[in-house]
Amino acid sequence: MNEHAEQSSEPNNQFVTFRSGDQEFGADIMAIREIRGWTPTTPLPHSPNYVRGVINLRGIVLPIVDLKARLGYSATETNAKNVIVVVKCGNRTIGLLVDAVSDILTTTAAEIQPAPDIARDETCQFINGIAVLGDRMVTILDMDVLTASLVNMGEQAARA
Amino acid sequence: MDPMEAIKQTYFQESDELLLAMEEGLIAMNNGEANDETINAVFRAVHSIKGGGGAFGFDQLVKFAHGLETVLDDIRSHKLETTPEITRVLLKAGDMLSDFVAAVREGHAVPEGHADEIAAELANLSGNSHASDSDSGDIEGLDFNPTLISFEESSPAAPCQKGWRIRFVPHPALYAKANEPILLIRELSRLGPLDVVCDYANLPDLAAIEPYQSYFAWDLVVRGEIERGAIEDVFDFVMGDCDLEINELTSGAQAETDPSVLPQKSEAPSKPVAAESLPPPSAALGAKPLVVATEGKAGAAKPTIRVDLEKVDRLVNLVGELVITQAMLSQQVHDSNIPANSPVNTALEELDLLLRELQESVMAIRTQPVKSVFQRMPRLMRELAAQTNKQVRLLLEGESTEVDNTVVERLSEPLTHMIRNAVDHGLETPDDRVAAGKPAEGTVTLSACHNSGRIVIELSDDGRGIDRERVRAKAIEKGLIAANAVLTDEETDNLIFLPGFSTANQISNISGRGVGMDVVRRSISELGGKVVISSSPGKGSRFSLSLPLTLAVLNGMVITVGDQTFVLPLTHIAESMRPKPAEISPFGASNHLLRIRNSYVPFADIGRLLGIERGAYVPSNGVAILVESQGSGRLALGADNILGQRQVVIKSFENNYRPIPGIAAATILGDGRVALILDVDALIGLCREKSGMSSKIVERKTGT
Repeated sequence: MNEHAEQSSEPNNQFVTFRSGDQEFGADIMAIREIRGWTPTTPLPHSPNYVRGVINLRGIVLPIVDLKARLGYSATETNAKNVIVVVKCGNRTIGLLVDAVSDILTTTAAEIQPAPDIARDETCQFINGIAVLGDRMVTILDMDVLTASLVNMGEQAARA
Repeated sequence: MDPMEAIKQTYFQESDELLLAMEEGLIAMNNGEANDETINAVFRAVHSIKGGGGAFGFDQLVKFAHGLETVLDDIRSHKLETTPEITRVLLKAGDMLSDFVAAVREGHAVPEGHADEIAAELANLSGNSHASDSDSGDIEGLDFNPTLISFEESSPAAPCQKGWRIRFVPHPALYAKANEPILLIRELSRLGPLDVVCDYANLPDLAAIEPYQSYFAWDLVVRGEIERGAIEDVFDFVMGDCDLEINELTSGAQAETDPSVLPQKSEAPSKPVAAESLPPPSAALGAKPLVVATEGKAGAAKPTIRVDLEKVDRLVNLVGELVITQAMLSQQVHDSNIPANSPVNTALEELDLLLRELQESVMAIRTQPVKSVFQRMPRLMRELAAQTNKQVRLLLEGESTEVDNTVVERLSEPLTHMIRNAVDHGLETPDDRVAAGKPAEGTVTLSACHNSGRIVIELSDDGRGIDRERVRAKAIEKGLIAANAVLTDEETDNLIFLPGFSTANQISNISGRGVGMDVVRRSISELGGKVVISSSPGKGSRFSLSLPLTLAVLNGMVITVGDQTFVLPLTHIAESMRPKPAEISPFGASNHLLRIRNSYVPFADIGRLLGIERGAYVPSNGVAILVESQGSGRLALGADNILGQRQVVIKSFENNYRPIPGIAAATILGDGRVALILDVDALIGLCREKSGMSSKIVERKTGT
C-alpha cells in the first residue's frame, strides 16, 4: 500500500476511472490490462457474494469481483453495458465488474488527498486516497491490496 | 543472472546427466555387462564432472572425483580387473560424488571426513594396481592374476621393436576447448617409452602469428606391447578436434586406419595439415564449457535441446486455446446453416485434423522416459540393503516408457516409499530366505509399461508376502476394523493403505517414519491413479500403479446441476444410474442412503454440497453417480443430468483465487465457458462433514 502511495506522489500519475453505483473510482493505469464487455460467469461455490464467478479470458480462468458488492453495497445488476476491468498485480489477474469506464485521469501528487479517517472498516484498506478535480471526487483504489485480499482471505478461510 | 551463474547452472544440469550416465555404467559393471565403451563412458562422466568442478573451484569435489577417476582409469587401461568388491566401492563412490555435486549446488561444503572412508578405499584400489606385490591378487581371487602379469610384463620390459607411430595435429578447436597437448603426450608416455618430435614447420613469422591458430604438430613414437585402443583412449577427448594418424611401427607406414574412429581422415598426408582450412575457433570459444560429447561413438544419442518447461507449458496452453476456438468456430458455422459439403466445412475439417496432430505433438514434447525416476532407485536400494543387512537385487524394466513430465515428477515420492516398504517389510533376511528355500539375495523388480492409454508401474518382490494375520490383528488393535469383521484376503491386504495403520511403535530408520502406505495411495490418487496389491504368502507381493499419461488433460463426465455444468473425473466414477424413488431412503435427520444391489451407499446432492440454489430437487428425476475414492470410500452423488464424456484441459485458478472445497480445478468447455472440475475426495469429506458423520478416517484436503 505504501509503495503505491509513493508512486502517486510523483507528478503525472495516470489513473483509469470508472463508475460503480453513483461513485467514481480510479486505478493505476499500469495495473489495468484490458477492458472488456460483460459476459456471463460461471459461479464459484462457497464464495462470498462479491465474487461473481469465473470467466474464460483466452485460456486463463479469471475470477470476477463485483466492485460495488466488494465495497459493501448491493450487488451490481448486470446487463450488456457492464464492463469488466482486467487488473494484473504481480502474477495475479482478476476482473473487476463495474458499471462503466469513464476516462483516463492524469493527476499530480497535490491533487490526491489521503482518505479521510472516518471509518477503519474493511473497505478502507482498498482505498489509497481521493483525487479532487473541481467538483468531481475520484476514489483511488489500491489494486494490490484488492487482488491480494481475494487470495489471502481464501487462505485464512482454508486454514479455519 | 550473472554469466558465471548461468554457466554454473549449465554445469549442474550437465552434471545431473553425467551422474546418471555414470550410475548406469557402474550398474552395468556391477552386473558384469560392461564393455570397454561402458567403462570409458563412466570415466568420461567423472572426468567431465571433475573438469567442470575445477573451473568453479569446487576443490573437495575435484579431489574426490580425482580419486575415483584414477581407479576408473586403471580399470579402463586393464591395470585393474573389475571385481564385485571393486564395483561395490565404485558404486558407493558414485553416490558420494552425487552428494558432492548436490552439496556444491546448495552452496554448502561437504562435512570434512564425510567421504574419507570411500576416498581411502579408492586410493587403496588404485594403489594396489600400481604396486607390484601380490597383495591384490590374493584378495581379489584367481581371475585377477592374468592381467596383473601382463601388466608387469609390459611396463618395465626392455625396449621392444613393437610400437606405434603417431602423427598428432591439433586443430584450433582443441585449444579452444581447453585441452593441452602436453597432457596428452604425458598420458601417452605412460603407455611406454616415447619419442617426441615437434613439427614446427608451419610456424609463421612472429608478426604473422594468429594467437587463436594452431601451428604445431607432433610426431610421436611409442614403443611397447600396446593395444591400439589404449592409444586412441588417450586422444578420446580430442578425437574430433585434431588430425590423428596411428600407424604400427613394424608393419610400416601403411597400417590401416579405422574409419569409424578417424572419420575425417581418409589418407595419410605427408605434410602437416594447414590450419586455415579449419572453422574459426571463436565459435567454439565458450560455447562448450565442458568437453562432453564424443561424436561418432556407437549408439550416439539423438540430438536434443534443453527447453525451459514454462515455454513448453505456454505452447500447450496455446494449443489448448486453439482447439477451443476451433470448436467454437465449428459451432458457429454449423449454426449458420452452411451446407455440409461447402468449402468452409471442408477447410474446418482439415483444420480439425491438423489441430489434433498439433496437440498430440505438443503433448509429446512434455513426455519423458520414466528412467529419470527409476534411475534414482538403485542408490536407494543399495542404502536400504546396507541398513537392513539384506541382500537385494533391483531389476528395472521398461525404463524408456514415456509419460508426461508432470507425472514423472510426482512419481518419485510414492515409489521411494514403496521400495522402502518392499525392502523393509517385504523381503526376509538372508538367513530366513535360505531357510525358506529361496536364494539369499532377494529380487525387487520395478517395471513400467503402457496399457490402454495409461502407464502401469509395477513393483514386485519375492519376499514373504503380506502377513494377513498380523495385518488383521493390527487393524483390530488400531480400531480400524471390528474384531469380528469378515474380510477377504484382498480386503485384508488393502488394510495397509488405511491412514494410521503404519504407526509409531515400529519406527525403524527406513519405513514407518509416521508415513505409511496411505501416503502412497493418497499421492497416487492425487495423480488420478490407482494402486492394486496382489500378494501370496511366502512368495512375495506385487504393487501395481495405474496412472494417467498426463496431468494436463483429464477424462471427465460432464454433468449439470441446476443451471450449472460440472466435470467429474472419470477415474473416480464407478457407475451411474437413474434412482427409483423406492431406492432412496432417508437416514437420520437430513441424510439419505441409496440402495445399489442390496448395499446402501450414502447419497448426497451435489447442489446441496456446493450450496447451489435451485428449485425443488427430486433425486429420482435426476441421476445418481456412484463415485469411489481410494482414500475415502464411496458416495452416490445426485445430479440433474449427464451430458456426456469429454477430455478436458485442466486449468488451475488458484493463482488468481483461493482454493474452493469440493472443486479441484476448472476447465473450458467447447462453448468457451468455464466449467468446474469436482474434487471427489473433498466432496466425500464435505458430505461427511455436513451429515456429522465421523470424518476421523477422512483427512479432508482443503486444497494444495
